[in-house]
Amino acid sequence: MSVETLFALTACVLVGIGLYGLIAQPHPLRKLIAFNIMGSGVFVLFGALAKRGAAAGLPADPVPQALLITAIVVAFAATAVTVALLLRLIESTGSASLAEPPAQD
Amino acid sequence: MTTVASGAVVLLLLWLALWTVVARDAFLAVAGFVVYGLLLALVWVRLAGIDVALTEAAIGGGLTGALLLGAVGRLRGTESAAATEIAGVGTRAVAALLAVGVTAALVLGVLMLPEPVPTLAPLVVPNLPATGVANPITGVLLAFRALDTLLEAIVLVIALIGVWSFAPDRAWGGRPGPHYQADPDGILAYLARLLPPLGIVIGLYLFWAGADHPGGKFQAATILAAMWMLVQMAGLADSPRTDHRGLRAGIVIGPLAFIAVGVLGLWTAGAFLAYPEGWAKPLIVVIEVALLPTLTLVLALLMNGPPSRGGTR
Repeated sequence: MSVETLFALTACVLVGIGLYGLIAQPHPLRKLIAFNIMGSGVFVLFGALAKRGAAAGLPADPVPQALLITAIVVAFAATAVTVALLLRLIESTGSASLAEPPAQD
Repeated sequence: MTTVASGAVVLLLLWLALWTVVARDAFLAVAGFVVYGLLLALVWVRLAGIDVALTEAAIGGGLTGALLLGAVGRLRGTESAAATEIAGVGTRAVAALLAVGVTAALVLGVLMLPEPVPTLAPLVVPNLPATGVANPITGVLLAFRALDTLLEAIVLVIALIGVWSFAPDRAWGGRPGPHYQADPDGILAYLARLLPPLGIVIGLYLFWAGADHPGGKFQAATILAAMWMLVQMAGLADSPRTDHRGLRAGIVIGPLAFIAVGVLGLWTAGAFLAYPEGWAKPLIVVIEVALLPTLTLVLALLMNGPPSRGGTR
């Protein structure tokens, strides 16, 4: 099996693992980490496709690779916004719970 | 050798991902995620993406890991409460089923990829000399797909505005995070004096070398931002006031210069973000030099979080 196929298949499993954690973990920070793993799976898949596109003397297709750099930076920015939102939620409610609050009456 | 090494990396990566997702303690999950990010950088090297590997190690592993570690420290009390909300067997079964389904669909897609492979490399190579840069990634980022990079810089500024907007009213315009106190003779303060000069040189080298070799403004900005964070955490400098005019100017100068060069292209080359013949390299350098302070400031301030003290109201 070629390196790119191996890593492409790995990426598919990473997406699955991340998706499972996103749904099954109750804590928002754990969901965020799981979402980042899912995202990294998408990135690796995209990177493997870039490696498949090696041509014209380049070791990989540079266009998807450049977009990947953009994607990693944007993913960090989105994570930072989510962490700030989460910390604000705890500051104002004292809990990180995403569950429906029990009825008041 | 390489196949064995790749196989080992894959196994370790999958194990770490699984462990990070199911770990009992959030701190362990974050620690696992940091190692995962570094391992991912190895994957990028194997996939011939040295530029991506540098970005992944610096941002994916380093900055994101540090951000999550900081968050874990402030979430300590909320973990036990979340443990009582642990998803039921039914939910977990559905989640597992969904995960397996999505993975299976993706695997099918990978196994049925088209031949011959679609690639833009043959278009990049003959057109690269016109941009004056030798690193094809930099050429794509700042010439062929410059619009993406412009939008990304704008997204970063919007993300920072988003983070700042979580500040309570009384802290608006103030300083983010705590004013760290560290032993002035301790190892942290020592490193915070020793490393920044080296980090600044390495960062600027990566920045300048990015035109022709792996590296570039993103990786450079991350290193510079990390050095600034180190100085702050060692208590040698306070975090900046977020209503400082110079700071705010530094944050927006990158996108503004980028847009100015783009609009200039309308007259001189007939299209937004087009470079007139022979002017590509100098204009790319102008954009990169303007983007460096923006990226450094935004990355560091995203790490700092919303202003929390010393507001103007």
